[in-house]
Amino acid sequence: MRTATKRVRVEPFVFHTLNTIFMIAIAVVTLYPFLNTLAVSFNSGVDTTRGGIYVLPRIWTFSNYKAVFATGDVGHAFWVSIARTVVATFVGVFLTAMLAYALSRKEFMFRRSITIIFILTMYFSAGVIPTYFIVKDLHLLNTFLVYILVPSGTAGLISAFNVLVVRTYIKTLPESLIESGRLDGAGDFRVFMSIILPLCAPVLATISLFIAVGQWNSWFDTFLYTSSRQNLSTLQFELMKLLQSTMNSNTTQTSTSAAGQISNMVTPLSIRAAITIVAAAPILVVYPFLQRHFVTGLQVGGVKE
Amino acid sequence: MKSTVQDNKIEAMPKTKPQRRNQTFWQRFVSQGQLILMSVPMLIYVIIFAYVPLWGWLMAFQQYKPRGGSIFSQQWVGLDQFKFLFMDEGFTRVLRNTIAMSVISLVLSFITAIGFAILLQEIKRSFFKRWIQTISYLPHFLSWVIVTGIVATSLSTEDGIVNIVLMKLHLIDSPILWLGEGKYFWGIVGASNVWKEVGWNAIIYLAAISAIDPSLYEAAEMDGASRYRKIWHITLPGIKPVIIILLIMNLGWILNGGGFEVQYFLGNGQVVDWSETIDIFVLKYGLRIGNYSLGTAAGIFKTVVSIVLLFMANSIAKRLGEERLI
Repeated sequence: MRTATKRVRVEPFVFHTLNTIFMIAIAVVTLYPFLNTLAVSFNSGVDTTRGGIYVLPRIWTFSNYKAVFATGDVGHAFWVSIARTVVATFVGVFLTAMLAYALSRKEFMFRRSITIIFILTMYFSAGVIPTYFIVKDLHLLNTFLVYILVPSGTAGLISAFNVLVVRTYIKTLPESLIESGRLDGAGDFRVFMSIILPLCAPVLATISLFIAVGQWNSWFDTFLYTSSRQNLSTLQFELMKLLQSTMNSNTTQTSTSAAGQISNMVTPLSIRAAITIVAAAPILVVYPFLQRHFVTGLQVGGVKE
Repeated sequence: MKSTVQDNKIEAMPKTKPQRRNQTFWQRFVSQGQLILMSVPMLIYVIIFAYVPLWGWLMAFQQYKPRGGSIFSQQWVGLDQFKFLFMDEGFTRVLRNTIAMSVISLVLSFITAIGFAILLQEIKRSFFKRWIQTISYLPHFLSWVIVTGIVATSLSTEDGIVNIVLMKLHLIDSPILWLGEGKYFWGIVGASNVWKEVGWNAIIYLAAISAIDPSLYEAAEMDGASRYRKIWHITLPGIKPVIIILLIMNLGWILNGGGFEVQYFLGNGQVVDWSETIDIFVLKYGLRIGNYSLGTAAGIFKTVVSIVLLFMANSIAKRLGEERLI
């Protein structure tokens, strides 16, 4: 009896202590590289090459950020990224919700066939080369529209997964709401606009985040379809180009300090850190506030469908 | 699976409004005009950008030349491209890399996400739990461009934190050139995937765990079951359906090689034998060398295998009486 009570007291304490330490370790491993990048971005570039920068800058400076926006290319790319994210998110969310509503109506005659056509797109893709030819034939190469329309990598106007998430959510709404709208003489579009859309706010917040993050993080479409026009370049693509040029220093033993002497105080490494922060900040500011929504959104949409 | 069965039942049942049965196709078509207008534009969109490009697959059976006119006036070569592909030593190596990195990433992702979800569930202080969870999502929202930059910085020989920590712990004497040696590459890809997605992947398991009936735990406690027995006999069986569904979905993506960008950005001349995946092979042949036909053939191979794997996993799950995706 005595040993039993002792075990009950000691085991939870040991377990919870170890578990808490483990969770803190996960938080540190997750946050450290980011804090380190932040510190490097605010530290003098030449000083960074001496090493020893962890989570705090040694010599504070804004010159890295000034250098990033000095040429105008990155600044412009920043606005292109903002524009594509805003436009694609609004259009994409509206169209996703509209389709999801139609597919949630049991009486809809094409419900099954359209759902299957969409689900299949999750598992096959014609591939980069055939898609490139379609984009070319539609004269979308080197246009802004390519960002909104063409699915590539993380970006896409409408994804089967998002449609399923919203459709599942609509199905949980009481049918009587739609019936009452019908009795007032409203057609499906009116019911959707005035009853369903407002009620879907939580799930629409979720997929807005998904679409916006996908758009903001996309670089492959710029690389493939619009790379010959600098004024359509996006922030991630600019960062990618810089990354490719500095990455080699990590695979060979050559020192980056030589590069540091070229420009005053600013090195490719510190510029890269600054762009990384600029590219990451908008999402990191937004996502914690949407956390409750996307967690429930994922649960409701779930994998069941 | 369950929902599909329910759907079928609903359709099999007599309709609540009998007059609908008497409607002809056209009457239904007209009365549902608004629903059709609300869905057809997106249907056309997805057909243009997902289905029409499938015509391009014809290129894989041709010796496509960009100046050779339209796709119908090209020279047909049958299965020559596919034969060349499988005779090519380069492609077999690419296939090996793809499967290896997929399996490594898949296994690591599953184990870490499930483990993280279970351990996080054991944290009693909800404030701390919420904070840890919020932090764990962070890398999911960063692009691979950023994440690979962070990975390369952390693994750097000069100032990389991984080398610094290992040296401080006296596990190594001199910095390791992580990204310069092929033998580390697969592990780095797996670890990068885990770092980026573990918190996000755990969401679905946390949801499944919280849906388990609490009375099961209470009953087990009365019987004197330890924490570990409860995890083994209640939590894990409780989330088994979710694990199986996600496993099926992921098997369909096994030729994605655990992502395309991570190898594209972290790969370099020194590790190319270990880092090249099918997607990179397609890009290289298709866009850089201009051999569209071979690139497309490799892409077709990937898609066909993915769909076959998906249906195989699905039917095995069905035979075992487990949850299914389709």
